[in-house]
Amino acid sequence: MGGISLTGEPDFMIHGVYQFTLFGQELWITTTTIGLLIISLFILILAIIANRHLRKASEVPDTIQNIVELAAEMLEKMIGSVMGKNGGRFFNYIGTIFLFILFCNIGGLFGLRTPTADFGVTFTLGIFTFLIVNYQGIKNRKFRHFTSLFEPFPILFPINLIGEIANPVSLSLRLFGNMVSGVILMGLWYGMMPIFVKIGIPAFLHAYCDLFSGAIQTYVFCMLTMVYVNDKME
Amino acid sequence: MNGISGQDFILGCSAIGAGLAMIAGIGPGIGQGIAAGHAAAAVGRNPGAKSDITSTMLLGQAVAETTGLYGFAVAAILMFLKPFS
Repeated sequence: MGGISLTGEPDFMIHGVYQFTLFGQELWITTTTIGLLIISLFILILAIIANRHLRKASEVPDTIQNIVELAAEMLEKMIGSVMGKNGGRFFNYIGTIFLFILFCNIGGLFGLRTPTADFGVTFTLGIFTFLIVNYQGIKNRKFRHFTSLFEPFPILFPINLIGEIANPVSLSLRLFGNMVSGVILMGLWYGMMPIFVKIGIPAFLHAYCDLFSGAIQTYVFCMLTMVYVNDKME
Repeated sequence: MNGISGQDFILGCSAIGAGLAMIAGIGPGIGQGIAAGHAAAAVGRNPGAKSDITSTMLLGQAVAETTGLYGFAVAAILMFLKPFS
């Protein structure tokens, strides 16, 4: 192939690790599941450390207290800028999915297969957003939640309905598409390039695909979730 | 056409289709460029509002990117999952 070594096939698919049967249904533990477990444990350990430290919080903060306060204030500012006075009620949920998606996206740096590059994960997050949006809509606007589908003209009902249903799909597909494009790019680079460009150059690709793109998509996912929920809060 | 089996023909057509699907990248490129250009003009006019402008720009660009990602999803399915062969 003239300088291009095809020693390893490019590898960016989800792999099954362990197979088991539940109620006659064949199920798999995949690389995504393992990544999710590792990241959940990591976030849990971080939370325990932060909790231990904030129990004996002091007037003059030490290093860990400083970092935790900085992160919490940043999240609070971000949520408050969109949701205003309703922000406090959604701080827990938005903060949780923000940390979760952020660490999932960065997971590609640490050798995991990025868990958010699996449509099962992102679509679950999109479904959560859909359920919260509709719950808040019915709770706050009662019957008007359904009649607003017929505005401004009744003939626009099908378009409004599709618009409502397309929200979680586009939300999840956006995150999935961005992360999976990074995973495919890195897989092709590691699988098909000659050995001497595999040193050093991937650092820039990782910085763009995992860190930059991951952080932007995390921010966008949380912002859009808040915008959708806030639309139904009036 | 001698020596080309049906499988190979379908594979080649899938590759062409994947390439054509990525034409969808033109639209988001233009849209994101326009958004970034207007954001730069806005920062030039009012440097104090830089953080607000940046977050609004990023949100708009991410929404504009969605159509390009639909094209990318189609291309990736054609290339790697091979639904027609």
